[in-house]
Parts: sequence; C-alpha cells; structure tokens
Amino acid sequence: MTFDQLLQNLANGISLGALYALIAIGYTMVYGILRLINFAHGDIVMIGAYAAFYGVAMFILPWWISFPLAILLTTGLGMIIERVAYRPLREYPRINLFTSAVAVSFLLENLANVIFGGRPKAFERPAFMNEMITIGNTQVVSYTPFIIITAVVLFGGLLYIVNRTKVGMAMRALSKDIEATGLMGINTDRIILFSFMLGSALAAAGGILWATKFPQINPWMGVMPGLKAFIAAVLGGIGNITGAVIGGFLLGLTEIMVVAFFPSLSGYRDAFAYTILILLLLFRPTGIMGEMQAEKV
Amino acid sequence: MSSRKLFSMLMSLVILASLLVGCQPAAPQAPAAPPTQAPAAQEPAAPAPAEKPAEIVIGVYEPMSGAQAAGGQQTMQGVNLAYEQKKEVLGVPIKMVLVDNRSDKAEAATAMTRLINQEKAIAVVGSYGSSNSMAGGEVSEKAGIPVMGCSPTNPLVTQGKHYYFRACFIDPFQGRVMAKYAVENGIKKVAIIQNISQDYSVGLAAFFKQSWNELTGSMDGIVSETSYQDGDQDFTAQLGAIGDAEAIYAPGYFGDAALLIKQAREMGFKGLFMGSDAWEAPELVSIGGPATEGAVFSSHYSAEAATTPASKPFVEAFQAKYNEVPSAMAALGYDAYMLVIDAIERANSFDPKAIRDAMAATKDFPGVTGSITINENGDAVKDAVVLVVKDGEFKYLSTVKP
Repeated sequence: MTFDQLLQNLANGISLGALYALIAIGYTMVYGILRLINFAHGDIVMIGAYAAFYGVAMFILPWWISFPLAILLTTGLGMIIERVAYRPLREYPRINLFTSAVAVSFLLENLANVIFGGRPKAFERPAFMNEMITIGNTQVVSYTPFIIITAVVLFGGLLYIVNRTKVGMAMRALSKDIEATGLMGINTDRIILFSFMLGSALAAAGGILWATKFPQINPWMGVMPGLKAFIAAVLGGIGNITGAVIGGFLLGLTEIMVVAFFPSLSGYRDAFAYTILILLLLFRPTGIMGEMQAEKV
Repeated sequence: MSSRKLFSMLMSLVILASLLVGCQPAAPQAPAAPPTQAPAAQEPAAPAPAEKPAEIVIGVYEPMSGAQAAGGQQTMQGVNLAYEQKKEVLGVPIKMVLVDNRSDKAEAATAMTRLINQEKAIAVVGSYGSSNSMAGGEVSEKAGIPVMGCSPTNPLVTQGKHYYFRACFIDPFQGRVMAKYAVENGIKKVAIIQNISQDYSVGLAAFFKQSWNELTGSMDGIVSETSYQDGDQDFTAQLGAIGDAEAIYAPGYFGDAALLIKQAREMGFKGLFMGSDAWEAPELVSIGGPATEGAVFSSHYSAEAATTPASKPFVEAFQAKYNEVPSAMAALGYDAYMLVIDAIERANSFDPKAIRDAMAATKDFPGVTGSITINENGDAVKDAVVLVVKDGEFKYLSTVKP
C-alpha cells in the first residue's frame, strides 16, 4: 500500500468512525443512567435522516433550516418514546424495558416502511458538501471534514453540558444512584427525559450526516449503524461518553483498514473487525474507558 | 389508575391507530379480488359444475420492501397489467394474491409457505432476487406447486428443481455478455466488487471471470476482487484496492451500485462501470446522480429495441396505465404471469402437476421479452441487451445473442 492510499483510507476511516461515535454517545448516555440498552436508537437515526430528507425534498427548505428542524422533530420523538414506552416500565424488571425497546424499534421500522415506502430514497447533499478536495494525491469530498468537525463540536458541547452545568451534574448523580438523587430533591423524571432528548438529538445529527455520506435512505438504514454504534459503545466502555467516541473511531478505522490491508478478506470484514472486538473485551472486559463497578445490592 | 398511566396508554393507542390508518394506502399493492367475488373460494360452491372451482388463486411473492423493493415494485407493474388483461382462465375467475418477501431469504420461504398453505395457490409467480427465489423454491418443490420466476437469473434457482421455471436467461450467459463487452471495448484491466451475501452477485462475478479467462486467455486482466455484504454502505476500502483498473464490474443490486459508483467517482476513479440486470431501477440514477453517466449493464429487454409482436401492444398498454416506459423487470413480470396462464390453458386443468408439465413443455411462447422456450433445466434461452446510462436514462446499446 502506498502512503497516499494509506492517507485516503485514514480519511475514510475517520469519517466513518465519527458517525459511529455520534450514534454511540446516545447508547452510552442512556445506558449510563438507566442501565437500558435502547435498541430503538438506530431507528431514531433513521427517522432523523427521513425528517431532513422531507424538509429538503418536500418542503423545499434550505438545509440550514431543514437539518436543525429535523433534529428538533426527532428530539420530540425521543421524548414521546421515553414517556410512552420506557417511563411506565421503569420500576419493573429490566427485561421489560429492554423488550419494550425492541418493540419500539420494530414499530418505528414498520411505520417508516408504511409511511415513507420501502424503496430507498435519494438524499440530496447540500452543494457545499459536494466539493472535491484534493490534498496531494488524496481526494476527499467536503462532507468528510464537515462530518468530523460537526462530530467534534457536538461532542465538545455534550462534554460541557455533562461536566459544567447543573443538569449535567444531575445526570452524573443519576448514573450513580437514581433513588438517592431523587431524595436530594432532583426531579429524576425530568433529568432522564432530558438525557433521552440529548441522545435523540445526537442520533438525528448522526442520521443526517450518515445520509449525506451515504445518500440513500430506507426504513432499515438505522439497523446496521445502530448495531455497530452499540458495539462501539461497549468497546469504549459502556456508560462512558469519551469511551463511546474513542470506540466509534476505533471501529470505523478498523473496518476500513481490515479491507485496505487484506482486500481478499473483504467479504469477512465484519468477522475480522469483531474478532478484534472480542479479543479486546477478553483482555479489558470493561472496555477501553470503562471502570469496574461494584455491584449494587 | 394514575393519570400518568392513562396518558401513556392513550399515547400507545394513538400510535397503534396511526399504524392501522397508515396501513391502508399500502394495501392496494396487493391487488385485492374485485368486490363482486366474495371470498367464497375456500368452500367448494355447492352446485358448481364438476371439478370447476368458483375461483383459483395465483400467488405472487416479490420484494415490495427492503433493499430490493424497487425491483419487486417494477416487476409488479408488469404483473398487475397482465392480471388486468387476463382475469380469467378456463372460464374461472383468478384471484391474485401478493405477499411481500421483504428482500429477505427467510421471509421469502415464509411468503411461499403462506401462498401455498393459506391462500391455496395453484401456481406462483416470482421472485426478483435469486436468493429469494432459491429460498422460496425449496418450499414450492416440496409442496409440488409450479413457480414461474420472472427475473431470478442465478442457475441454482432451477437446478435440481422440478417445479421452478423462469422467463429469463441465466447468469453464465449474462456474465459472458459483459466480459465480451469489456474485451470488445478495449478494456485490459478490470476490478470485480461482489456482494458476498447474494448468490446472484457471487455467481455473476464467477461467470464473468470465467468468460474473461476464455476470451483473453488468462486471468491477468482481473486486477482485484473484493467483496461486501448486504447492508454495507461504505465501499471506499474496496475501491481503494482497485489499483489501476480501467473498469469496475459490480454485479450487485441497484442501491449498492449507486453508492459504489458515487464513491468511486469521489475517489477520483475515471474508468467504466459495468453491471448486471439488477442495476435497472430508477434509484441507480436518482441516488448515484451524475456519477452514473456512462455506466453500462446487461439486461433482459429494452422498449427501444423491442422486436416481438407482443411487445408493441404491451408498451402501449403499459404507458397508458403508468405513463412511463416499461422496464425489463416489468416486462418479465408480465411475461411470467402470462406464461402461467398459458400453461393452465394448455394443461386444461387446475391440477398443479398438470400445470407444471405444461410449463415444462412451453415452446415458442410469444412473450414481450422475446420468444420463450423453456429448456430441460426450466430456463428460457433468450437474447440479452446492453444498456447505458445517458442523460439520466437507460438507453439501448446493443443486443447479444446466446
């Protein structure tokens, strides 16, 4: 492999990783607080992409209105899901919540199939994301830096919220002990709802960026990214936001590099990428950034 | 009950209700029986003439959703048109039942089971996608129900099957068509990118290589062979491995192909894209955009170069109904349905076994896509056409004889 090819693959891997990272954050945040793996998260990604698509294609909005609007709508959907499908089940065994999450996932996929139709739709990229950038012999399209910059900005914003604001402090407290946090006079319902909103907003942003990179959207487009982002979250240490970001980038780079270095194994790309994941977890069971937690009694 | 619980229950109801309401617009995809014929078919109507049922069921299983939805929906345009023209056979009304196989092998087997056991279909049409057809074929073979495939081109669909036939040519031929095209157009180096989860794609890649070897005398011209899987959207790594190839042969479905072509152009690839009949869907151009300009692929039929007598009235009827030019998939769907009717008429019976024998004996059937003769393997031997993307449309380039 030449140096140019390596650079090209690096660029591809990082932009794919940034997308995984954005989606993984949502998984990890919800898990950190509720110990719930929100399996509908990937489908929220899909809804975000469709909302942005319809904003541009049907209501002819410019992208800078359509995209934030799509994020807003999807955030609202995240709120409704939390309110309807998760909150009423919170005091019951964890498995009920989990089942409910799977049900929401199927519901969203099939609703999308009925409402939006099963045929894939072409997602229109804003013109400024369609420019070719040539650096040396490496060629990238301008959406690549845009994706990476957006991911970094959103990640920075999230870190600020979690570490520097009152809500963030409450979120961190919740992740340690929900009941005790409630006893301190914090409205736990509100904080949990807020985390879902944050997670959904990031998922929507991830979905929109995903659709600009791979401009083909369909009702099942969230399944694979969702699954892979979940794995990225586990890889980074589930419950840890920085870990999810590192896991996302690591997964994206691994997937691209496996094929780049061993083209003949390209059909087994996922098998190889996940063998690496298993090995990593064998040696670091809590993931890269995860910390050992004492079991609560 | 707390107000909170009540609220959430109400919300669930709202969602469910919207689901039910949302279902209705999708239902017309399944052409329901005309309201006049009540679903009385299950019980033999009392004084019906001997052996003459009140209605018969012809099943159709096609991918109406999922990754191959565009193919299934195009096929259904043709099947629906054929059904409109032929709603009766041997004086008995036909009820056509469509089941969505969701572009999925497991769903395809379920769909076939449902058509046979629940709907009591005496013959089945379908399916777009070789893997879907192979899964469905296992079920129909055991049940002894004849199936007429519209566009599944992998040889294994009919191989060893007594009850599976098809209206289209098969992939060893289709692979050769594109290998020949490449060689004749002076291409010296080709990269192959296949979808390893689809029998169709893997088969075509292998047949292309085989023909390439026969035509050029060596495999030296195949500079790289890489794979991807269903659901993959990032092909940059595979494209990074193509080296100095002048052409890419990517016999996958239109959705993958559109993204692959777009990404290849974005990475600076200047050469030729070559594909197969599964590229023929409007999504190839709408998703791939200007990058698809100049891409060539093999297919079954082009309305521009239609030569058979049946073709002209078909194109006219199709344009009157849908206001567009029929695709190869639609033409094959039309032919497949008409072949089933033809077999029932020649068998002069509703017995699946008799229909099967009549299907196997199909000879010189004047189809829209050409004269159809079913050979000993259950396949049709027909010409292929090469199409090119020009100004965002599929234009006829040449015809290749078997």
